[in-house]
Amino acid sequence: MEFSTQELIPVLPEITLLVMASVVLLVDLFAPGKERVGTYTTSMLALALTALVSVYSYQGEQLVFAGHHQSDGLSLVLKLAMVIAVAVVFLYGRGYLAVRGLLNGEFFTLSLFGLLGMMIIASAGSLLSLYLGLETLSLSLYALVGFDRRSVASSEAAIKYFILGALASGVLLYGISILYGVTGTIQTAAMQMEIQAVLTSAGQYQMLLGLGVVFVVVGAAFKLGAAPFHMWLPDIYEGSPTAVTNYLGTASKLAAIALVLRLFADVLQPLIHQWQPMLMLLAVASLAVGNIIAIAQTNFKRMLAYSAISHMGFVLLGVLVGTGAGYSASLFYMITYAITGLAAFGLIMLLSRLGFEAENLVDFKGLAQRSPLMGLVVLLVMFSMAGVPPTVGFFAKLAVIDAVIEQGFAWIAVVAVLFSVIGAFYYLRVVKLVFFDGVEDPSPLVSSWDERFVLVLNGLFVLVLGLFPGKLLEICNQVFTGL
Amino acid sequence: MSDIKTICSIIAFAPLVGAILAGMGGRIIGRAGAHTVTIAGVGISCLLSIRLLMDLLATTATGEPVVYNETLYTWLESGGLTLQIGFLIDQLSATMMVVVTFVSLMVHVYTIGYMRDDPGYQRFFSYISLFTFAMLMLVMANNFVQLFFGWEGVGLVSYLLIGFWYTRDSAIFANMKAFLVNRVGDMGMVLGIAAVAYLFGSLDFATVFADPAAHSETTFQILNGEPWSAITVTCVLLFIGAMAKSAQFPLHVWLPDSMEGPTPISALIHAATMVTAGIFLLARTSPLFELSETALSFVMIIGAITALFMGFLGIVQNDIKRVIAYSTLSQLGYMTVALGASAYAAGIFHLTTHAFFKALLFLAAGSVIIAMHHEQDMRKMGGLRKYMPITYLTCLIGTLALVGFPGLAGFFSKDAIIEAVKYSELPGADFAYLAVLAGVFVTSLYSFRLLFLVFHGKERMDDHTREHLHETPLVVTGPLMALAVPSVVIGALAIEPMLFGNFFGDSIFVLPGHDVLQGLQSHWHGALQFALHGFTQIPFLLMLAGLAAAWVLYRQKPELPGLFTDKLAWLHRVLLNKYYLDDFNQTVFAGGLRGIGQFFWRIGDVALIDGLLVNGSARAVGAFAGVLRHIQTGYLYHYAFAMMIGLMVLMSMLWFVIQ
Repeated sequence: MEFSTQELIPVLPEITLLVMASVVLLVDLFAPGKERVGTYTTSMLALALTALVSVYSYQGEQLVFAGHHQSDGLSLVLKLAMVIAVAVVFLYGRGYLAVRGLLNGEFFTLSLFGLLGMMIIASAGSLLSLYLGLETLSLSLYALVGFDRRSVASSEAAIKYFILGALASGVLLYGISILYGVTGTIQTAAMQMEIQAVLTSAGQYQMLLGLGVVFVVVGAAFKLGAAPFHMWLPDIYEGSPTAVTNYLGTASKLAAIALVLRLFADVLQPLIHQWQPMLMLLAVASLAVGNIIAIAQTNFKRMLAYSAISHMGFVLLGVLVGTGAGYSASLFYMITYAITGLAAFGLIMLLSRLGFEAENLVDFKGLAQRSPLMGLVVLLVMFSMAGVPPTVGFFAKLAVIDAVIEQGFAWIAVVAVLFSVIGAFYYLRVVKLVFFDGVEDPSPLVSSWDERFVLVLNGLFVLVLGLFPGKLLEICNQVFTGL
Repeated sequence: MSDIKTICSIIAFAPLVGAILAGMGGRIIGRAGAHTVTIAGVGISCLLSIRLLMDLLATTATGEPVVYNETLYTWLESGGLTLQIGFLIDQLSATMMVVVTFVSLMVHVYTIGYMRDDPGYQRFFSYISLFTFAMLMLVMANNFVQLFFGWEGVGLVSYLLIGFWYTRDSAIFANMKAFLVNRVGDMGMVLGIAAVAYLFGSLDFATVFADPAAHSETTFQILNGEPWSAITVTCVLLFIGAMAKSAQFPLHVWLPDSMEGPTPISALIHAATMVTAGIFLLARTSPLFELSETALSFVMIIGAITALFMGFLGIVQNDIKRVIAYSTLSQLGYMTVALGASAYAAGIFHLTTHAFFKALLFLAAGSVIIAMHHEQDMRKMGGLRKYMPITYLTCLIGTLALVGFPGLAGFFSKDAIIEAVKYSELPGADFAYLAVLAGVFVTSLYSFRLLFLVFHGKERMDDHTREHLHETPLVVTGPLMALAVPSVVIGALAIEPMLFGNFFGDSIFVLPGHDVLQGLQSHWHGALQFALHGFTQIPFLLMLAGLAAAWVLYRQKPELPGLFTDKLAWLHRVLLNKYYLDDFNQTVFAGGLRGIGQFFWRIGDVALIDGLLVNGSARAVGAFAGVLRHIQTGYLYHYAFAMMIGLMVLMSMLWFVIQ
């Protein structure tokens, strides 16, 4: 196998991040302190550098490292979104963790290594690199979830996540190995062609391929958190420190969509008739379970967990359509969901203080009176999640439903809308609590100006993106015009 | 003509700027500031409008009228339909612009005096300037959408101004009523515009009116497959819109109640300008109406009913403003009759003269009301002539113009309409002719009744009021005098060019077979001849009869009216109750709708939707959620088990898929 240094250029973002994460590790060692200014600054620098390198090293579609690393529009868009999401997570999380004495260097380094895993998934050119990226991410996540060692809930969540995650990884790996066994290759492009060949030859391997698809679907569904593989999600969301939940609920979701798109839009595209009905089942189940159980929740974080499950239903709807429009709708949905989710978890952290977690719904009562600006952010975030125009959530849902109807699945669109209506109830309940209920806890909000500023900006972005969704939609469309 | 686009923009937007300044910054610029900026805005509009009309007339005289039709900007394009903002300045719109801005300017000035002590001073100025802007957008529009924008804009301001004193229950009732009745009309209007878009694929006046005859055979299938002429349907729908705005029977009910608003706006909006928007609309869409005799007949009959029967109501009213309001209804009826008879020019001519003398009458009434300390009951007035000479004189001029005394403005326009209807051959023309003739007598009767009750006879006010009686200040009498001039001369000056000359050019379209004004023209020997001839005509005699009746009833034998009301108690009751139309609407429509609403609320909303669907399903979902929640046990092995079940389900699914 020949190797030229030219091949390093597409991998530069990952290399940069790896180097910088190691630097952060070192800096943290020599620059301790409660505020971790050095670590924080270096981490932010690492993210900024990675983003810049991602943009400037991009040279169009390229396949390097014997086809294991793939760089294309999809990977670039996803990487940028991931980096920005992690940066915002750091920003919101710093103050929250510092107050609780949790602001260790691990938070930053683990998050950065997790980000590395995400980026490898986004650029995966073979199922092997895909799996490796996933494991890098997952291992970082397991540690992150449990890194509040004094908290029983945190440790419990970490154990649960680890065991279930290992189970899911095993299932996914099993599926991948079946596919490898049938096709004899691990590279996505080659595997897709082999699958095509198997299908046209009408040989005896069809059933075997199907079995591989089932296991891959289960593995992907677990990572996404789609019903019925969602059980871990609420417990882990609730148990983790909120800063980690934020990472889990936004940045790692972008990795999940990367995983799903790389698997279904690339490798398994020829087998669409097999996985389409499966995803349909998962999507409808997610919509139902997520939206209905969310109503019964009194804990805001658990409610957001179920809400996430229902949103994954929507994402799957776009994927199962199997067209470029569907994939780009899903991508758009996930990116905008991540933006909205960042603000939602950011709110919890901003409202919390030492010894008090503002994670129950009642804690939001009368927020608009305590801080009209925060009330506005809640309003925008909840409206966007419910899909009320002119927030961006509306256009995300619209794009998905559009793609679904275009392929003639009108009934699914109806189901999706019906469950969205049910979902609107619990989102609007939060708005009601914030605006129409009396203040129960009149204590002033403590937060730094940059957190507040970014949170309001984040909330307004949800609105602005809803008013001018054209550019992002166009980008998402361009990624898939090749399909 | 120098950059006409700029001129048009200034005309339209100067009042808007004034309105914004007075409305948003009213507190900063203060009272004087508010009236200064709004009057400046409208004043500029007025001067430029006059200049525009002069230019247009000058070019018309040379035989090459320069009609300006240009798009300011494109609002949106959708499905082949382009919606634009643009101006169409032809003789018709230029005339309307001058009328609107001139009356508006007078009313602005007058308001300084009338609203002097009102706390909502700046708000009021902001509203009337906003109104002027909306009205200008309406008349200057070069497409249906912009016309509709102006149409709704004036409706909105009308609503705001009727309820200007929003603490009064009656004002709130009145503005709600105006709003609701206008919604009925707007439904017709919107459907009409939709029909135009459907038929012609465009909403641009120039495109639509280029060759409407191409669609004269097109039909719509509306009910049970019966083909309806598309043009007729469109015209009738548009006219329904006009009926509400121009207060034609039976959608007139809001106008008398609108007198709850301050008097200046009664003059501006509910007499001179907004209510004539319907007349303008029909004149503007004359190329469509000309193609449908059915629609024209309908228009004429509705107009005739309004002209006569609303006049009757004026006789029994005691509120000075309401008498004038019914008079306005009746005169709007005259205009509508003219339109129905295809005498669009006569209709617009009457609109113009009416705008001046009716604004004059309203403002004079307002002057009286100020002097009487906001007493509007004519039974408590009398003998005001010697206290308020200027108001009396101008009111007399307005009255004479209204009743059609030969030589004054109203005479020319009203006689032209009566004559035009005589020549019309459409079904219903005979009835319309009788109605407008009888209307002359009625008009004369209620007008002189008002004059006699207010300015002549015994002084019936209390002593306190009498001691303070005096002529109103110059800001009030000034506009009266300024309006009195056109009320006298505009008829004689404008009749020849407007009706028989080439004044309107191509802006109004009349089929040769419908041209009733042609018949009139054969007897035309100049304005003076026409006026002198008027003294020998039936309308003049009827007017004298009305005058005599009023004189006898309210000057010579004041006990007679009481006798009449006793003897003809039932008739009096019918008239006092306005033909029971309000009660009918209140019980049948309002009550019925409320009943239906109540029914649906009780049965549909509370029981079915709230009880069963919403709360029921919410309870079901809640219960379901409660059950599902228990599946989430928190035990790791349960979670893993659920995943295995999911895997099994998918695998069995695969079996079905492969099969």
